[in-house]
Amino acid sequence: MTDTIRHDPIIDEWYPVAMASQLGPQGRDTQLLGKPIRVMLKDGVPVATAAGRTLPSVTRYGHVWTSLGAPDHPLFDIPEADQPGRRLVDVGLVRVKCSPLRAVENFLDIAHFPFVHTDILGAEPHTEVGRYDVAIRDEVDEVWATKVEFYQPQAAKSAAGGITTEYMYRVPSPTVAVLYKTCPPRPGEWDVITLFVQPLTETLCEVWPWMALFDDETPMTDLIHFQQLIFLQDRSILENQQPSLLPLDPGLEIPTRADLTSIAYRRWLKRRGYTYGAQLVAA
Amino acid sequence: MILYDYVLSPDCYKVRLLASLTGAKLDFKAVDFHPGGEHRRPAFLRLNPAGTIPVLQDGDLVLTESASILTYLAACAGPRWLGDDTPEMRGRVAQWLAFAHRLSASIGKARTHDMLQKPADIDACRAAGITALREMEAALIENSLRGEAFFAGNRPTLADLACFPHAMLAPDGGISTDPYPAIRLWTRRIRALPGFIEMPGIHRLHELKPEPVAVPE
Repeated sequence: MTDTIRHDPIIDEWYPVAMASQLGPQGRDTQLLGKPIRVMLKDGVPVATAAGRTLPSVTRYGHVWTSLGAPDHPLFDIPEADQPGRRLVDVGLVRVKCSPLRAVENFLDIAHFPFVHTDILGAEPHTEVGRYDVAIRDEVDEVWATKVEFYQPQAAKSAAGGITTEYMYRVPSPTVAVLYKTCPPRPGEWDVITLFVQPLTETLCEVWPWMALFDDETPMTDLIHFQQLIFLQDRSILENQQPSLLPLDPGLEIPTRADLTSIAYRRWLKRRGYTYGAQLVAA
Repeated sequence: MILYDYVLSPDCYKVRLLASLTGAKLDFKAVDFHPGGEHRRPAFLRLNPAGTIPVLQDGDLVLTESASILTYLAACAGPRWLGDDTPEMRGRVAQWLAFAHRLSASIGKARTHDMLQKPADIDACRAAGITALREMEAALIENSLRGEAFFAGNRPTLADLACFPHAMLAPDGGISTDPYPAIRLWTRRIRALPGFIEMPGIHRLHELKPEPVAVPE
């Protein structure tokens, strides 16, 4: 046992722990997977430490990422982040009393738009989620949902009126969700909207939404506020979900066709043995 | 009129709500309160040395207190909201406009602490918030015994708008509103007003729910 290094799917994973642009000289004391950690600048470069031990750290997508263990893979890639002409938006931290997995799962759900984001991302009677494709892509070990279409009254800050928006969802890491959506000012390109979730404990997380958008018109503060408006509409729902841990097995929760992405996400977590924030007994 | 605004601020929301209820037209200037901290930067401090939002600017006039902003906007766009029916009503409106400060300093701070990790003495904020909610609950019960459904009389005024957002958003700061049925009934009356608008955490009434009656039975 002692001389074999076993890969731990929870410990050996990358997590967001700070917004790079806000990391001042005073550093940031925070938590990761229940352990106190400190993020600070060392010679101008963000590094994380836990109990005096320097952790692997990388700064990408506006945020500092670290791991309590030794990840056997680099941080996932979002090539769009380097595409010229995109505006990169740091939306800022929001703390939510919920399982980190619940935060990701909610982000993957389209069916709640008309009810939680009424008149913005959805509106009655346009509540139907059409058929879409979901796959666990083995070659990259990610969950992907594609060909998702939904009618939206105001899909983005730059959208003037209602449009049918096309989406793709991607889970590249257990506590990260990436959304690609139709970009009104630039047909053919996708706007990228992400949710980076820092698991403080199994039922408490800090969420860092981040975006890479084609939008030369909207002031930066308006872009930030639009995304904060959307995410804060989700927050009270997330804090009231029962059970608070995400069940990985079917039980009390009855999935429908619209929940295909969620089902794939749970299956993928289970396959990886990713159980932090998950409920393991059948509900 | 320009409102320096933040989409998640209850104090900014009450100004937006009054504007919607009266049909007043505002130009909105979004302030990067979080994560940017724009309200603490020199340019904003020149406008409002207190570094708080909302701020209302109308020509040379700059107002930086929620109570004065609501009063001015009501005087311009909807004088009925001032609650000038009697000297007593006027006094009660002023009372609750001032009281609302206590809500911002308790429930408001608990909320930005829990949600955005702004610094606060969280236990003290929650305790003060609960005290304030109990006072509101008691006042609404007293009023209902007199046949009044709102804070300053039997019609909505600025007194109600001043206290409404924090009463709704208390759970965001870990303060339950379950023990206050009179407050809940009253928030339903506000949400039933024509021209009511939402913010995250404050939802419209469901169309299938019956409208609450003006005066409780």
